[in-house]
Amino acid sequence: MFNILKNRLLKGVVTEKDKEIEALGTELKKQIFNKFGRAFSFREVDTGSCGACESEIISATNPIYDISRFGVHVAASPRHADALVITGPVSKNMLLALKDTYDAMPAPKYVITAGNCALNGGIFKDSYYVENGVGNILKVDAHIPGCPPTPTQIIISLLTFLKNL
Amino acid sequence: MIVIPEEFKIACLKEHRELKSPVMMLFAADERASAGTFALRCVFLDRKNKEWAIVQTNLPAEKPAFPSLSKDMYSSILFEREIKEMFGIEPVGGLDLRRLALHNEVWPEGYYPLRKDFKAPDRSGNTAEKFNFTKVEGEGIFEVPVGPVHAGIIGPGHFHFSCAGEPIINLEIRLGFTHKGTEKLFEGHSPAQKIGLSECIAGDSAFAHSFAYCTALEKINGISVPGRASYLRALFLELERMYNHANDIGGMATDVGFSFPAALASIIKEKILRLNDALCGSRYLKGINIPGGVAKDIDRKLVIEKIKPIVRDFNELKNILYSNVSFMDRVEGPGMLRKKTAEDLGITGLAARASGIGIDLRCLFSEVHTTCGFKPSVEETGDALARLTARINEFEESARLVNFIADYLPDGNLSSPAEANKQGSAIGCAEGWRGPVLYWVSVDNKGKLDRVKIVDPSFKNWAGLSFAVLGDIIPDFPLCNKSFDLSYSGGDL
Repeated sequence: MFNILKNRLLKGVVTEKDKEIEALGTELKKQIFNKFGRAFSFREVDTGSCGACESEIISATNPIYDISRFGVHVAASPRHADALVITGPVSKNMLLALKDTYDAMPAPKYVITAGNCALNGGIFKDSYYVENGVGNILKVDAHIPGCPPTPTQIIISLLTFLKNL
Repeated sequence: MIVIPEEFKIACLKEHRELKSPVMMLFAADERASAGTFALRCVFLDRKNKEWAIVQTNLPAEKPAFPSLSKDMYSSILFEREIKEMFGIEPVGGLDLRRLALHNEVWPEGYYPLRKDFKAPDRSGNTAEKFNFTKVEGEGIFEVPVGPVHAGIIGPGHFHFSCAGEPIINLEIRLGFTHKGTEKLFEGHSPAQKIGLSECIAGDSAFAHSFAYCTALEKINGISVPGRASYLRALFLELERMYNHANDIGGMATDVGFSFPAALASIIKEKILRLNDALCGSRYLKGINIPGGVAKDIDRKLVIEKIKPIVRDFNELKNILYSNVSFMDRVEGPGMLRKKTAEDLGITGLAARASGIGIDLRCLFSEVHTTCGFKPSVEETGDALARLTARINEFEESARLVNFIADYLPDGNLSSPAEANKQGSAIGCAEGWRGPVLYWVSVDNKGKLDRVKIVDPSFKNWAGLSFAVLGDIIPDFPLCNKSFDLSYSGGDL
């Protein structure tokens, strides 16, 4: 207990005061407030990614970036989600699970792809066991580029998506 | 050693007993075009001579089959299942012949992707076939299926629990959901082109994979790596270990609902990722390895300067965890993987070291690590706490190595000049943060890749998890899972 308290007091607030992220985040918060009523929740589905995209999406929620302060939340169930964030080139084995997850979401619902693989298969393009990206299966509303996309890129792309909505 | 098919089993069992090594790799290659046969190779680790022992046999092109090894050497079982589904080679008398990655529901029978004359089926999906899960029967037994889409931000896998009351009496893990046909994607390309692909086998082990791949290519071409490059590789390998171990330790805290240290661990991870980015322009250490050395040099002062606050934070994290009674109470005991079970399953890497199997490839194949006085971390108990302690110790040892290497880094070239690709084959290895990453690379007479076999430690260690949780309760499963922290993509390929 004492350790936690000491660490907490000495460290203070670690969240990034980077001007770029602050500015982007404030804008993001405004967009979410207007269009989704305080919070935008997404459910992440891995359709065969190598794991780096997941790692970076988790990084975006760490205390340094802390995207939840802008109103972006990760939902544990598709029933609670406004959007799906999909990574990976869509392995044939994940096709059914992906469609089921999408069907389980209440409308209005959006699909966002994260990482180069999810866009068109990326480095796994034209393999015998991938569907070459999410676009061949679901209607995609936005894309977060990168291999893997950085947390800053995730924030930028979410902002662009919300602005165009 | 090449033997006739009839003697393959005896030869393998002999090596297995003499070297006290589980099957490290067992794989087939379609060599019908050049030799008229399917080659089957079984690889063991020879610790005494610090080399790999390979037993090879050549199977006929028509109706290829071999006697299954799995009854006498259980660590071969997953490899046999893989060979059957990928090549259509029958392990006669195998204990389990169900498919691993090519799910029955979507992939029709009779299409073997790793054969050279493979043509994709016209249509896939809805084959009306089903996977047979192991059935546990009896009064009061109930099943809990979980996945493939989980509640967290994590890869896809299906966990099939059979419980009697609270304790788990059987767990069957069905994987393959991230199968992407990766090994096939290597074939027919120039080796240097596919380094980027090796970095995407398991995204959090990008460096270990490209390291192992490049080592194999260097062996084939007979290139020696300059001293500075070897040291830089060791440094990056340890940085990769550090950010992942920090992530895991935080993950274990998250899974018992202890959020403060989890947040602290994610800060440590982010700091290391940013250090990676500052050093080489990639948070996940991609684009560094090239055949013959490394592509990027580092600013050693930056390493020494940045590693200090990371180590300080880590000490705080360690103190918080070790001094918290309720946390220690949760991690001590569950996820027990006994040494005998680990040996039989052929568990490798950190999970094996936490169960008392003291094998670390860094002691055997890395000159840099031996020069730096590297000490492996071995725990005896095999529970979640043992794996946590092993991770904490490895993190501290890695931090010491990073400091040492940054301080000591010899001058010299970053890489040896590239040469034309020779024909040949070799095994490349690296001790990644999960365990040994192994690559068998074979290059044909045109200088193109003929066969690449990849074994990520996750492939075999998933079986360890399914045995470790027996007798525990489902609420402890996330903790046990995180204490292993295996890659879905690395295992499924």
